[in-house]
Amino acid sequence: MLVVSSDPIHTSQALRAFETRAPNAGGIVSFSGQVRGQSDLGQVRMLHLQAYSPMTENGITKAIETANARWALEAVQVNHRIGDIAPGETIVFVATASKHRRAAFEAADFLMDYLKTEAVFWKKETIDTGTHWIEPRAEDYTDASRWIKRDQG
Amino acid sequence: MKKVLYFGRLTDVTGIMEERLELPARIETAGALRQWLDARFGSTGALLDPTVRVAIDSEITFDSAPIAEAEEIAFMPPVGGG
Repeated sequence: MLVVSSDPIHTSQALRAFETRAPNAGGIVSFSGQVRGQSDLGQVRMLHLQAYSPMTENGITKAIETANARWALEAVQVNHRIGDIAPGETIVFVATASKHRRAAFEAADFLMDYLKTEAVFWKKETIDTGTHWIEPRAEDYTDASRWIKRDQG
Repeated sequence: MKKVLYFGRLTDVTGIMEERLELPARIETAGALRQWLDARFGSTGALLDPTVRVAIDSEITFDSAPIAEAEEIAFMPPVGGG
């Protein structure tokens, strides 16, 4: 299931709801990403997320389908915030459920790498001294490329 | 009339996220549109940056793509969420 919305993400509620959707899973992995209070450039006041609907949703849906084809998953959940997000608030919540833990760990990792480098979002950070756009770091692309290498054997 | 969208750092250059434009007939491809828009926004080169991809009607495409039938053209700097 996918939700892209400007509404706040309540991670404990989202996780509890997810658990009820996967009663046969032996393992559930969840990841949440929150807005940092301090960035490399200064004190963060706000993070602004732009999306391009429906390209954003279609891309994430495809990534969820890829995860489902690759790992035996009982359920998958992705929530992503757009709009203005304050430090300490959750930007992204990913949960995966599987019979055994390994598949859930790997699928959550794969989905986060997709969201960091390929999902159609743009991020603008407002700090004390002004605003700037944040684009993926070299490490984000390296992380994401791990899954391509494995695809090619 | 075509809808043109600007995302991410491009909005700092254009000052707008979207606009509707009547394009000159000689602007036949996405690449020609890029050049024309860049000149329109003060020739900063921001729209010509090779990392900025172009999408026609929500499909990422190439600069050589014809735009005659396009309804919506989007200019997209590198993406990333999380």
